[in-house]
Amino acid sequence: MKTGRDPFPYLLLVPAVLLVGLIAAWPIIETFRLSFTDASMRPTQEYVGMENYTKFFNRDFWPVITRTLVWTTLSVSLKLILGLLGAVLLNAAVPGRALFRVLIMPPWVVPIAVGCFMWAWLYNGQFGMISGLGQRIGLFSGPFEFLAYKQAAFIATVVTDVWIGTPLVALYLLAAMQTVPADLYEAAWTDGASRFYRFRRITLPLLMPSIATMALLSTIWTFNSFDIIWILTEGGPRGSTTTMIIDTYRTAISRFRYGEGAARAVMILICLSVLSAIYLAMLLRLTRKGRAR
Amino acid sequence: MINRYRWWEYLLIYAGMALFLVFMLAPFVEAFMVSLRPLNEVFRVPYRFIAEGMGFGNYVTIWTAQPMLLRWIMNSFGIAVAVTILSMFCSVPAAYAFARFEFRLRGSILAVFLVVSMVGAAVLIIPLYKLMLAAGLLNSYAAMIVPGAAFTVPVGIFLMRSYFMRIPAELEEAAYVDGASRLYTMRRVILPLAVPGMVVVAVTTFITAYAQQFLFALTFNSRNELNPLPVGLFQFFGHETVRWNEIMAASLVGVLPVLVLYVFLQRFIVAGLTAGAVKE
Repeated sequence: MKTGRDPFPYLLLVPAVLLVGLIAAWPIIETFRLSFTDASMRPTQEYVGMENYTKFFNRDFWPVITRTLVWTTLSVSLKLILGLLGAVLLNAAVPGRALFRVLIMPPWVVPIAVGCFMWAWLYNGQFGMISGLGQRIGLFSGPFEFLAYKQAAFIATVVTDVWIGTPLVALYLLAAMQTVPADLYEAAWTDGASRFYRFRRITLPLLMPSIATMALLSTIWTFNSFDIIWILTEGGPRGSTTTMIIDTYRTAISRFRYGEGAARAVMILICLSVLSAIYLAMLLRLTRKGRAR
Repeated sequence: MINRYRWWEYLLIYAGMALFLVFMLAPFVEAFMVSLRPLNEVFRVPYRFIAEGMGFGNYVTIWTAQPMLLRWIMNSFGIAVAVTILSMFCSVPAAYAFARFEFRLRGSILAVFLVVSMVGAAVLIIPLYKLMLAAGLLNSYAAMIVPGAAFTVPVGIFLMRSYFMRIPAELEEAAYVDGASRLYTMRRVILPLAVPGMVVVAVTTFITAYAQQFLFALTFNSRNELNPLPVGLFQFFGHETVRWNEIMAASLVGVLPVLVLYVFLQRFIVAGLTAGAVKE
């Protein structure tokens, strides 16, 4: 509406730019700078070139990044599959769907930490529910401590992450599903198309952009996931759930190696910027397509 | 007619819903059952879903067994409220600027907010820690509130912006013609109209702030009386005997207010969460 050298819009932006700039934008730059130093608890720091990076690459870069990618991919795929299933169920015109919509959200509403406390108890080997019921039906021969074995802990953290993330995916896909024009379904129905056929040939293709958007957003969020793993396993047992974030936190905050930690954080930032670039390119393409139509 | 289901379709839908709900709610049900058990029934082999001597005793004794509990819950609430206020104070004017004005750095500033919203707080924990240390804010409420708010501002801006864009611009033009200043127009014409949107964003921000107060408190705070509930309870993990029944009772008491809030406001929350999903 107004153009030119008007100071008013800039004044409106001052609080947001100050807060976000100081707390989120500046730290991104500072992380890059710190990654080239030997910063630690000592008051002085020196530039050490690429040393932090070479150290990371020579030691545990590949296992950690592979583990992170597997963890993220597994979790995001499960969230999308369950979320799509949930959205389909939410979209079914049957009595009780309003109640169903209310009841699937609690995992997202309660604090992540509290959700993890509940799961930690479920995973308890000696007295927990899953191990107990598993023994009763003969699945396990004795107490099974889920968080004490490498693979089991890996799966257990994924399951908890899926539990927390699925409600939001389901709601988002439901909202997208409800924008599909009803006359499309009616036309197909008049032509005798079955419900499954209508889903496969109308709903799914029209939903694809939303599914792709959600897949990328979910990947970014899951990549950033810290609380769940830290509370359940702190990255253990024997490093089997140490994702890049957990690795960074442990190096920097638990061992006070800020420089080395920053180099690890930079690798995360690079991964995130690749993901964000894909996301933005997709968003631009979608809006352009929308306008062309 | 199109929505008429055959009996086996009903069966399939309800069975699917039931399975889905079992996964989503089983942890809550089991947490509630544990909170009712006396300690000797918690540590009992073999596992039994319904134990002997169940009752609400733990809900009475937790307040004396853990005198800090009320303080932690109040802290959680206080921090979440403060985060919401600070976040809204930043995001509402910024969103208005992005929705209504053309200015030179518009695109680049918006891009910075978008980039920032992709980076989780845990990635930036090192400079943040040094910042809090330098500012002398370690072990204070501010160390949990200020970063907590900063990371919710970008999403708040994007949501608020779409609300402002739905308000017809003619309203402002009419106000300008009548000689109203831009600040007056914003305060007296636009903000009152944006109240429903602001409620949605505030509620979503509050729930997010309540849900995510772990990392900053864990890293920046070591004074127990300032801890929010999640970190307060986290201290009891890894002890030799975890008193699960009390932890679950305390957890459920702590989440009950947000659950009630959610049930009452869920229409608004769902609208806010899915605002970005509808693309034309």
